[in-house]
Amino acid sequence: MDNLPLIIVAVVLVLLVVVAIGIYNGLVQRRLRIDEAFAQIEVQLKRRHDLIPNLVNAVKGYMGFEQKVLTDVTNARAQAVAAGAQGPAQQAAAENVLTSTLRSLFAVVENYPELKANQNVLELQEQLTTTENQISFSRQHYNATVLDYNTSIQVFPNVLLAGPLGFTRREFFDAEPEAANVPTVDLSLS
Amino acid sequence: MARTTFFDQVSANKRNSFLMAAFVVAVLGALGFAIGYAMFGEPVAGVGTTGVALAVGGLSAVGTYFAGDKLVLSVSGAKAVDERSAPQLLNVVREMAIAANIPMPAVYVIDDTAPNAFATGRDPQHASIAVTTGLLEKLDREELQGVIGHELSHVRNFDIRFTLIVGVMVGAIAILADFFLRFTFWGGGRRSRGRDGGGGAQLIVFVIAIVLAILAPIVARIIQLSVSRQREYLADASAVELTRNPYGLERALAKISGDPEVLEVANRGTQHMYFTNPIKKFEARSSGLWSTHPPIVERINRLRQLTGDPPLNAPESALMAGLE
Repeated sequence: MDNLPLIIVAVVLVLLVVVAIGIYNGLVQRRLRIDEAFAQIEVQLKRRHDLIPNLVNAVKGYMGFEQKVLTDVTNARAQAVAAGAQGPAQQAAAENVLTSTLRSLFAVVENYPELKANQNVLELQEQLTTTENQISFSRQHYNATVLDYNTSIQVFPNVLLAGPLGFTRREFFDAEPEAANVPTVDLSLS
Repeated sequence: MARTTFFDQVSANKRNSFLMAAFVVAVLGALGFAIGYAMFGEPVAGVGTTGVALAVGGLSAVGTYFAGDKLVLSVSGAKAVDERSAPQLLNVVREMAIAANIPMPAVYVIDDTAPNAFATGRDPQHASIAVTTGLLEKLDREELQGVIGHELSHVRNFDIRFTLIVGVMVGAIAILADFFLRFTFWGGGRRSRGRDGGGGAQLIVFVIAIVLAILAPIVARIIQLSVSRQREYLADASAVELTRNPYGLERALAKISGDPEVLEVANRGTQHMYFTNPIKKFEARSSGLWSTHPPIVERINRLRQLTGDPPLNAPESALMAGLE
């Protein structure tokens, strides 16, 4: 009978430990999802690298006057592939440059009716459109996992455990700063 | 209408559908309890009768759960497609699957000029999505993305499973009520006496049980349809969460509502599964309690709450509802 307070304290402590384990596991899972989402972005970026040479070959014949746009794309692609080994920040910057060169290329293709009607080019354009979409949806999903994780380390009661256990905020994937610029379409004969 | 975010719409829709489902469970519990007590004088008998009704209802659902999607696909005349026969469709589905973080579903096309689509499958690992050739012809890429986002959201939100569970409970209510009413009118009033001697209390409960047995199936059906509408709104809001583009879905809804074609393969049994109700006269009357889908006008206005655009005015609404 006089052990009752002790028993109650013991039960409460056990419950607290169980809850803490649950919180810890939840945070670990959410953090792992972020890493998985990031890896998925890489997959999409590589896919884009592989598609670009085909696109450039398909349009080269028709776009005799637009060599600058084509060489911009080819160079940007090479830079992006190389940047893969240099770390995430350089990689992101190089991929963003590649995105804007591709946008310029699409803008130029709009002015060539024969190109727009060419089946090969249409297929490749669809491939590139879907690749760009897949990249941005991968990034969107990545941001969703980061949001979920950042929220769970900040709400109560998780916030009590997150700091001591080493769970820190993760960064969102920002759109390229150049996204604010309209792509310039260089139609000069060069 | 106040401006909302899709986060708010998603949580509100989920919460409402769960509350309604809980209400159906409560109705089932009340009916089972009343019938058990009325028949046997023991409250615990109510648990037994409810359990039996659920088991019978559940058995029929098991078949639907495992093989239902193949059945529905073949009834609808859906044909599988791949990269070579429908590249853009597969690309759009793949994009939405990436955004939703689910595996790529099996993709089918139905040869019909009426624009529509449905998704089926018990969980994201076993999902299929079907669209009509009419949809592919009439919608542009953004609009198609909105529709596919809506359908994949049904998969991601486990809607097929959710509506199946609600369906089992509604079916159990119908079975229980039917059994009890037959028992009462054919078996006569032979009721066993309970431990408290039966008598007055049991008689009152008996009357309550009869009233419940008549009303419960109707009420449950109404709630089931309301749940279906809530999940449709949820799929619309979830589609915006995926595409981040309410305008694509809104334009798709407007185009489909204006299309006069009738989807041949759809019928009353499969109507609830489609993107918009394929039975034209049900769609026109869909402002009531008895429809599986919310009216298209309402769906568009909810999307406009996300963008801050004004809701459709009266002449636009009437045109869209086919009343002009």
